[in-house]
Amino acid sequence: MRYLARRLLHGAFLLVGVSVLSFLFSDLAPGDYYSELQSDPRVSAATLAALRTQNGLDRPLPVRYATWLKSIGRGDFGYSLAYQGPVGPLLAQRIPGTLLLTGLATALGWLLSVPLGIWSAARRRSWPEASLKVILSVLLSIPELLMAIALLALAVQTGCLPAGGLHSPGRADALDALRHLVIPVTVLTLGLLPILVRHVRSAVSEALDAPFALAAAAHGIPWRRLLFRHVLPVAMNPLISLFGLSLGSLLSASLLVEVLTGWPGLGPLFLDAIFARDYAVVLGVVMISTAFLIGGNMVADLLLYRADPRIRG
Amino acid sequence: MPAIGSIRMALALLIPMHGVVVFAGFFAPYDYAEQHRDYPYAAPTGIHFKPLPYVYGLKGDSQEDRTRVYALRFFIRGRFFGTDPPGHVFLLGTDGYGRDIFSRVLYGGRISLATGIVATGWALAIGLLWGVTAGFFGGWLDAVMMRGAELFLALPWLYLLLAARAFLPLHISPVQAFLLLVAIIGSVGWVRPARLIRGLTLSLVQCPYVEAARAFGGGPVYLIRRHILPETRGILLTQATILIPYYILAEVTLTFLGLGVGEPVPSWGGMLAEARQYHTLVTHIWMLTPGVATFLTLLGYVHLADVLQGRRDPVR
Repeated sequence: MRYLARRLLHGAFLLVGVSVLSFLFSDLAPGDYYSELQSDPRVSAATLAALRTQNGLDRPLPVRYATWLKSIGRGDFGYSLAYQGPVGPLLAQRIPGTLLLTGLATALGWLLSVPLGIWSAARRRSWPEASLKVILSVLLSIPELLMAIALLALAVQTGCLPAGGLHSPGRADALDALRHLVIPVTVLTLGLLPILVRHVRSAVSEALDAPFALAAAAHGIPWRRLLFRHVLPVAMNPLISLFGLSLGSLLSASLLVEVLTGWPGLGPLFLDAIFARDYAVVLGVVMISTAFLIGGNMVADLLLYRADPRIRG
Repeated sequence: MPAIGSIRMALALLIPMHGVVVFAGFFAPYDYAEQHRDYPYAAPTGIHFKPLPYVYGLKGDSQEDRTRVYALRFFIRGRFFGTDPPGHVFLLGTDGYGRDIFSRVLYGGRISLATGIVATGWALAIGLLWGVTAGFFGGWLDAVMMRGAELFLALPWLYLLLAARAFLPLHISPVQAFLLLVAIIGSVGWVRPARLIRGLTLSLVQCPYVEAARAFGGGPVYLIRRHILPETRGILLTQATILIPYYILAEVTLTFLGLGVGEPVPSWGGMLAEARQYHTLVTHIWMLTPGVATFLTLLGYVHLADVLQGRRDPVR
């Protein structure tokens, strides 16, 4: 249990650290939401100063940080100047979209990559395995950007799949939503696949080369049983840690794919907030994505705790 | 498979690519900003041989005009190739302003590749300093430094990049934007090399020969310079081959999202952003060539990283 408590504490430390750092940086940033209005001759300097006072932008940093923390406690995450409302509901609207994409891509990616990785580790140095390796290298090098643009252009050209968004106008059934999911999930899964397969392969081959596997083979344990009963549980360990780590790259890829396909997730909200200098939203998204990543790693830690008796000791 | 697993193949891809990009002023037939307003979205110019290469002139609608013939000339006007005016040669077609995409891909590569390489140098420098300091002095300094570094891993990398970019001015000159880009991108991803170098330093400090040197009165500066830094070379090299493609991709992504070096200076990400009109993209598919250039560069670097890592760790 001490292990879990330590991991939990560690996660909390990271969240607080990120919040302090990002708050500091947002304070150092040149310009704010009202900077764009400064060049407008109809808005006087006094009006701007009044607006800033009204929204508390002129108060000292620790006070603003404390106010912000309090608003997180209420679930508000600060006040968005661009949307004229608390950030919390904006985030709540977008979180399911991002979670749906990343969740589906994670599930599909692991479902595909574990068998592929085991297969390629079991038949090392054969030509089908070598060609799989080449395909994965190529896949790894295709920027998700390019893949998404090409797929979207293809979808528009052939008209077989919708090119963006969550729903077609006037339709809200499950089939329609599923059709909208195809392109974003495909891009994310194909981006995740090469990384996962490589790691599964190296974890399994490492376990296959371990002395215990050789000893088991020498005792005449059948190959299939050796692979699934003896080697795989050992190889699971690094893979569980990878699950937490892969979440970071997946969330990043998801941001890009969401922006490209107009998917209502955190990505477009974040990008718009950056261009509008709406720091409350920026901070909110930063905190949420950090929480996702830490949560993912925490799940990985829990699984590791269950799977590996050495940690429990 | 020795043929595929060789370093030579990766270099055969990377060296020419970097060569034409560095000498874009010579290999590109046009300047990156030169507009041919009469020929927007012209298809790649067909090169014909009889037996010397020549091209046809272009009509107003960017179609070939078979009545006009221009010889393709090499080493013309200080460029590698070109035609006599009024002929044009657009190897990869033109964009909406009639700018030659081939030339723009070459010039654009300068920003993308330079960002990748300079940012890698910057990240490795931070990582080296951080890792060696933490590992060499150990104790509470080590704990504080490595905990601090973890904060940079707490965010998904693209979120971290965008957040860092969000807190910096939006409208800046291309040179400022480039420096800013390098600084931001380099600040993401230095933690991994820092961790590896810290681990190496920790184990080196306990080596008998380092302890002996310390017992003979070697100070920290001498020990680090003489015994630790030379040993980090392997890690730095493999990390560089991992970081460069990652950073090139980061630059392309940021610029694509409109947060990098802006017009009129071309870069692969910015050019891809122009290709984002899905409804017309299929009719001028050559707008995607900056993406293909990115792909080829990444392929070269990923391959190089694989080979270098495979040498260190033959199991993979």
